[in-house]
This record gives sequence, C-alpha cells and structure tokens, in this order.
Amino acid sequence: MPTVHFTGADGAVRDVQGNPGDSVMETAVRNGVPGIVAECGGSLSCATCHVFVREDCLSQLPPMEDMEDEMLYGTAVDREENSRLSCQLRLTDELELFVTTPETQV
Amino acid sequence: MGIHVAAAEQTSAGAAAQPDRPTRTGLLIIGASQSGVQLAVSLRALGFDEHITLLGDEDHRPYQRPALSKEFLQGTVESESLIFRSNEYWAEHNVALVKGEHIVRIDKEADGSGVAHSSSGTQFPFKRLALTVGARARKLEIEGSDLDSVLYLRNADDALALKARVGDAQDVVVIGGGFIGLEAASSLQKMGKNVTVLEFGPRLVGRAVGEETAEYFLQAHRARGLDIRLNTSAKRFTAGHSPGDAPGDGRRAVAGVELQDGTVLPAQIVLVGIGVIPNTQLAEQLGLTVDNGIVVDRFALASDGTTVAIGDCANMPNPVPGTEPGERIRLESVNNAIEHAKVAAYSLTGRREEYAGIPWFWSNQADLKLQIAGLCSGYDRTVLRRDEERGKFTVLYYRQGRIIAADCVNAPLDFMAVKNALAKGQNIPADAAADPATPLKTITTDS
Repeated sequence: MPTVHFTGADGAVRDVQGNPGDSVMETAVRNGVPGIVAECGGSLSCATCHVFVREDCLSQLPPMEDMEDEMLYGTAVDREENSRLSCQLRLTDELELFVTTPETQV
Repeated sequence: MGIHVAAAEQTSAGAAAQPDRPTRTGLLIIGASQSGVQLAVSLRALGFDEHITLLGDEDHRPYQRPALSKEFLQGTVESESLIFRSNEYWAEHNVALVKGEHIVRIDKEADGSGVAHSSSGTQFPFKRLALTVGARARKLEIEGSDLDSVLYLRNADDALALKARVGDAQDVVVIGGGFIGLEAASSLQKMGKNVTVLEFGPRLVGRAVGEETAEYFLQAHRARGLDIRLNTSAKRFTAGHSPGDAPGDGRRAVAGVELQDGTVLPAQIVLVGIGVIPNTQLAEQLGLTVDNGIVVDRFALASDGTTVAIGDCANMPNPVPGTEPGERIRLESVNNAIEHAKVAAYSLTGRREEYAGIPWFWSNQADLKLQIAGLCSGYDRTVLRRDEERGKFTVLYYRQGRIIAADCVNAPLDFMAVKNALAKGQNIPADAAADPATPLKTITTDS
C-alpha cells in the first residue's frame, strides 16, 4: 500500500496510507492532515495543496506540467526547487513518499 | 410513525426523564455542504469540544460539488474521490453524520437552543444552530418541463441521473449560458454529444464576468464547435412517443425543444442551468430576516444573534476590504463557503473575527481554465492582456485607477498576481499592464 509521510511546518509527522490512483492531496484531505487546504478539490485552480518533496523522492514523481509550474509561483509560501502541488501527484502501488507542508497555504 | 430522538442525543442525561424535551446539547449543522463540512472541521481545529451533528438531506456522505459538471460527469473521477473526509475522520473528531434527513420545522428559543424536526419524524435537539443549507436550482416552468430527461445539475443525484441518460442521447440542449451550463455543455461535447446552448440574455455568463470575457468565451466555444444561441429561449419541450426502456420512472421522455420562433431542436436530454434560489424556508419559519438569502452580519450571525448562516444561503456584508458600508452580497462559491465557515467557527467559539477577504472563483470549460480574482462590479476601465500564441487571455478591472478584479483564462500567473495584490491592498497600474510579456508581479506597487 502506498504511504505518504507528511511533516508539518512544526515538525509533527503524520503517516497516511492511501489508495493507488488517488492523489497525495486527496489522501491528505480525506484523513484531515493539517497543512493541506486544497480549496479547489484538485482542479489546479488554487495552489493551496503545496508540498515540499524530500529530494530523494522527486525522481519517483511524474514531471511537472506548465499549469502546475505557473500555479506554483502563486503559493502562499514561496516555492523552492522541490515544490509540487500535491493534487498532481498520484499514488502508485509501492510509493513511499516524504513531504513537508508549508507554514501556510492561504 | 412515532417520534424518534436522534441517536446522538439519546445518551444525553435527562433525555429519558423528559422524553418530550430532550436535552439540548451541541451544535446542529443543517446542510452537509461545503460550508457545513468546513464549519465542523474549523470548529474542531479551534478546540470546540461540544458534540457536532452534521445533517444533510441527501443519501450521500458529504461530497464536493464542483466536479459534478466536469470530471465526474465525464467519468474521469470516481464518486469516492468526491468525498470530503473519511468516516474515520468524522468518528475521531466526534462529528455525527446524519444522511437523508430533511428538516421541515425548527422550534427555537431565545437562548439559541431548540429542536429540529425532520420529515421522517426524527427530532434533533441542539444548543446552537448553523444553517448551511445552500441553494436549489431555479426551475424552468414551461410546457413539457415535467418530461423525463429534462434535468438540472445541482447535486450528486442530479449528476447520476444525467450520467444514466447520457449514453443513449445524441442531442443535448443546455438551457442557460452561465458557468454550470457552459461547464456541462463542454463536458457533454467532449463525450461526443451534439450540444446546443440557449442563452436568454444578450451574452454569456451574465454579470459574473465583464463583457470582454463573455465575448471571449462565446468566440472560444463557437470555435470549439459548440452551438451557442444568444437572445434565445425555449417555448416548450416536445415529448417522444414512448418511454421505451430508458432509465427513469416511465414518464414520457423529452424529444425536442421548440424555440420562440417555432424552430424545433432535437434533444434526448435537456439540461437546465438558469441559476439558483437560496434555501431560506427554515430561516423564514424561524422568523429570521431574509432578503435574497439569510441576512447575516460580519460575524456570520443571523438576525436572532445566535444562529449562524453561511455559504450560498447567506446574504452578508460585502467582505471585500474598502467596500462602502451597508453594501451586501450573496456569493455562490467554494472559496466563500470555506472562508465564511471559518468566520462562523470563530463566532461559535466566542471570538469575533470580521469576514474580510478577496473572493475568487474558477470555472473549467473544455481547455479553457477561467480563474477570477475579486469582484468586477462597478469597474470604470479594463485592460486586456492577450497572448494568442499561448492561448492566454486576461481582463484586468479598474475603479478610479485601482485594480479591483481580474478574469484570467489559462493565465494562472496573472490570476495569482492579482489575487495576491488585492489581498495585500496593492495596485497594478493600468498603463503598464497591457503587455502580456510583462509579469504583473513585477509592476505591482504598494499604493
């Protein structure tokens, strides 16, 4: 089962198991992980599901499309090299992903 | 049928001793909607420790609506993906979900406590009440509007009814050129249907966007093959010969739409999207002030000073900073449902936080991704930014030299720049804004 380890800006860690095919954002929201807002429900309209991906996990993820890239310039906490919008990250069978959520999303 | 007290309250001390007046504890949220869910979530985040009942009249767990006209209709997301929170989440946070109960009457006292009565005869006692009852689709009442396959799109059952019929249909007439109509029309066109959109008014999307944006969408949709007819309304719906083995309840199904000029368009499905009416029936029965929605103050409190009303059903002071005092507005959006719920959560926990913020909206139609920041009403100047090559289109709205809103199509950088500038009280001078090669962020000024 895919697992996502969410570390909050305060250092608190939540490990959440998800279903293959679901997005990291959906997995977080359904389980009430603080730090992911996701106002638009995954339609790439709000940039409130911003995560920082641990460097060694980046290569497991699909490449970023233009729209996600542009939306990331509008996040509440400035983007960094390892920034992604978690609605665009789909869980795969054996995925084990480590992400940190920013201090604020809005 | 006997009177049942809601299970969540049966364990309360005193309920057995006074069966006709169950103990009134906790918060009852009527409407398992975006705002209802957010209110429960925000209250728990604020440490509200009383019991919460989140009650809805649908037979589904609380779900997200925006995808109903888009991804869900097209079958690219499953219904499970629309569910807001897992059952475990609600259990862990001591929120009782009640499905399929339609509240028909509420008895309430001056202290804000009371009992809500459902159509099944169940009673839901409460200490505080929140109305997150949303809005319902405005019905089109013309000859034939009761035929099968004359449909609306407001909730999950509406979307399921549409999906059940869409396989057999070739021709769909969408009535109403607003967001819902255009989103659904784009989805249905993508699914291979022959779609015609009838708009009663002279342009698309009513007053939600300015004229340039409306015209842009008209041209863009027509270029993508959508048949859009402005200044056009349906006179009546014609029926087919027999219901056949189509889904539905045996009513005769629609076969065509007759226009005012006598033209008949074939239609095996008619989808009506002509706006919504706020659900104020319970508020009226409670004696709350109602005027295009349940009238609330800046703290989301209704006229009784104890009931909160939020989201689509609430008429509130305009939350945009700098608005003239007394200007009121009712907003139908996810963003408003969420932000208004946060304000109500503060009110219910004894904090007074005024609702202030920049409304924003989105609508995805075919490959057109519209994002709106701010409210454009009252603008006196627009600036267009067009990048034909990259398919980007932005209208910036100004009032007395200050930016107040933007409609952005496939231009998230512009949207983000305007949304952030408005939130910080900054300006984007109009004279420097027209060149799409200049990022708006770089010309934003502090005053």
